[in-house]
Amino acid sequence: MDRINAQAFIRFGLGAGASDRPDSDPRGALKAQLRGPDPGQASGAFDGLPTGLDGMDALKADALARKAFLQAGKPAGQKPASQARAMYVADCHAQMNWAVATNASFRERLVWFYANHFSVSVFQGQTASLVGPFIREAIRPFVNGNFTNMVLAAESHPAMLRYLDNEQSMGPDSMAGLQMRKGLNENLGRECMELHTVGLAAGYTQADVTSMAKILTGWSVATSDGGGTPTGFKYRPALHEPGAQTVMGHSFDGGEQAGIAALVFLSRYPTSYQMLARKLVTHFVADEPAPDDVARVATALTDTCGDLAAAAAAVVDLDLAWRPLSKLKTPQEFLISTLRAAPAADGKPVDYAGITTALGQPFWGAPLPNGWSDQAANWDGGDAILSRVDWAYTYAGRLDNGAAGPQPNQVADNALGALLRPATATAIATAGSRREALTLLFAAPEFQRR
Amino acid sequence: MLATRRTTLLGLSALITTSRVKLAMADAPTDQRFVVVLLRGALDGMSAVVPYGDANLASLRPNLIPPAPGQPGGMHDLGGFFGLNPNLAGVYGMYQAGEVLPVHAVAGPYRTRSHFEAQDLLQLGTENTGITSGWLNRVLAEFPTRNRAALVGLSVGIGTPLLLQGPVRVGSYAPQHFATPSPDLYARIQALNANDPLTGPAITEGLRGDAFDASILSDDAASAPGDAPPGGAARGKGGNFPDLASHAGTLLAAAGGPRIAAFQLEGWDTHGNQVNGLKAPLSGLDAGLVALKTSLGPAWKNTMVVVMTEFGRTAAMNGTSGTDHGTATMTLVLGGNVNGGKVAGTWPGLSPSQLFENRDLAPTSDIRSVAKGALAAHLGLPDAALARVFPGSLDAAPLKGLVRAA
Repeated sequence: MDRINAQAFIRFGLGAGASDRPDSDPRGALKAQLRGPDPGQASGAFDGLPTGLDGMDALKADALARKAFLQAGKPAGQKPASQARAMYVADCHAQMNWAVATNASFRERLVWFYANHFSVSVFQGQTASLVGPFIREAIRPFVNGNFTNMVLAAESHPAMLRYLDNEQSMGPDSMAGLQMRKGLNENLGRECMELHTVGLAAGYTQADVTSMAKILTGWSVATSDGGGTPTGFKYRPALHEPGAQTVMGHSFDGGEQAGIAALVFLSRYPTSYQMLARKLVTHFVADEPAPDDVARVATALTDTCGDLAAAAAAVVDLDLAWRPLSKLKTPQEFLISTLRAAPAADGKPVDYAGITTALGQPFWGAPLPNGWSDQAANWDGGDAILSRVDWAYTYAGRLDNGAAGPQPNQVADNALGALLRPATATAIATAGSRREALTLLFAAPEFQRR
Repeated sequence: MLATRRTTLLGLSALITTSRVKLAMADAPTDQRFVVVLLRGALDGMSAVVPYGDANLASLRPNLIPPAPGQPGGMHDLGGFFGLNPNLAGVYGMYQAGEVLPVHAVAGPYRTRSHFEAQDLLQLGTENTGITSGWLNRVLAEFPTRNRAALVGLSVGIGTPLLLQGPVRVGSYAPQHFATPSPDLYARIQALNANDPLTGPAITEGLRGDAFDASILSDDAASAPGDAPPGGAARGKGGNFPDLASHAGTLLAAAGGPRIAAFQLEGWDTHGNQVNGLKAPLSGLDAGLVALKTSLGPAWKNTMVVVMTEFGRTAAMNGTSGTDHGTATMTLVLGGNVNGGKVAGTWPGLSPSQLFENRDLAPTSDIRSVAKGALAAHLGLPDAALARVFPGSLDAAPLKGLVRAA
């Protein structure tokens, strides 16, 4: 595979895979992935997985099972069943298996990028069965659509409403707030401004944050019995702070519509496009993005009023994106790209959650709402890199099946094509075993890059 | 074979006699250890060290106050006005031994309520946008270059906190979970990466660190036969704070081991149901600090630990029995020679006019004053060095009296 095609698969995709074929127009092939519905959903890869509402129902069933278990005096040798945990495992496997298998991996990479932009952790806020549905319902359908629609879908999804504590936030002067003497929780109000839309550069104040939190009161969650929508959302008017609120100089009348109008306003604010552009260029091109590149992508967003396909195409068109690969893969990208280069053929499932945790990036589990870092400095510690090497050696042992297994030189060609350095090719050719040869390939510096 | 590899990778013979730190830092004995524990997510200082004697506390946050000292599950009394959270029993034991000094109403110079901006500023130690290294990395730069075999700084856990990022390379310690290649294959992998600016140093230092860790952490490393897997004995399975702290303490205690370490812990962003939500993080912090002291052994008397967080939380509880982002919080200084057993700082009060912006605990001490006081008293950094570590911090004079008089 020539250098440009290899670069297209590695820089923009999730690593060159056995099913990736060179194209005479690599940039055009990348942009072609930006058209049409999500290929994973279209292919049926996620059929039968839960909706947000299913996830809510499972969490309720689990709570009842736990209660019964406690009432029975915690019978020895038994554990209450967890439907939510089973859903998480199934969703994790389906979405990771798709990331490994897809030949539209630029499109898939965008899904993971935006899932990280709207980061929700399965470890906080009772969201285990909701993050999978969140990505399928609030992220996948919109990565080539309009940013505003993604913002609305993400902020109203039960995964986000739980993770950032909005489900029980109530207006101090709302019906429920007055009765129960409870009030606001400003977590979602703040983070939807700071992290998801306008950013600190917009210069808003604490009063703006408080107003935004008031506007979002009533945005809550429900099971199917409780009247939730198909994603598990429910607007609860009794929690909503009555009256108009002002955010960054704009007044929004009360009610559910106020939240929608405010999020539309925030999502289209100039600094939202600038922040998103900066994150895209940082993610795909350089830890320290060139200001001109950020400006080009921001212009694409502004000119189209938030078309994310236009933004992604603008990143593909950046000249600097085609310079030699400089970004360090995150642990998850390293894992996926290894599996794409050499899928395990033994039919046994890959322990995605265990491996990503051991590599320092627990699956769907960023520690803070700003998601995972896109900077090499956060991932290049000695033990962090050695853990990759050790996992690669472990996995290569699973792949080594003599002449029947994958052949190292073929895997190297699949994975790196013309980007394979002669020193690595020599090390592979002179390795003492296929396992060692594959370990050397996966531990080579050019394989750590994207 | 093992001894040979270790000798090559580590230069152990050189290490044992290396004390250039001592030589060059006349005021700082080489055996001083300094540890920073970052609590990311903003710890509610008034839940950790509760000002139960303040008459306004009960009306501001009725659901958030632990039972009074002496009651079942009650606070540990810190002298009649403050109480230590009941989940910090181990820290209380150290407090009673005079080894813990809480400093209350502390904040950085910034007034942002953004976690992420504040965490960056706390770790950069400056608002000067031209500086991208963490302040603890700049502390390392004040140490003369030691034998490359042993890095002075240690990042504990897989990610390197911004606090330790910068031009001075640091070692890292993280638990091991996978099979490990033979020393020979490691050596070939190292050679393959030798010229790479990112992975080259990382792999070299990772291997060197593993070998060092193995020599220190394995009880019978010296007699281990044949090709024992490097790191196999060294990197324990547990990734939680008590396990990491225990291993890190052993490394810090070792001759030729690292001297400055940083941990980062999450779980402090308690917007709802705070009393329950803080139980596990505080208990983990408590157990980890005790484990650190235990594993340091006699070196504890030469150790100072500073526990800090990016900002505090609202004085009043919010609508969901939690607290939102605020301003001042508390910080903990611990160590064998810390002048503790009391609460330092100036209590600003909690009446509406005393709160910052009628909302948050008002800051009365600058976190940089605490850090500078610690670096001056414990590591002997002179004023000029403190000014390099915390540029633009002239207003934040080093806090005095953190260590007991010799």
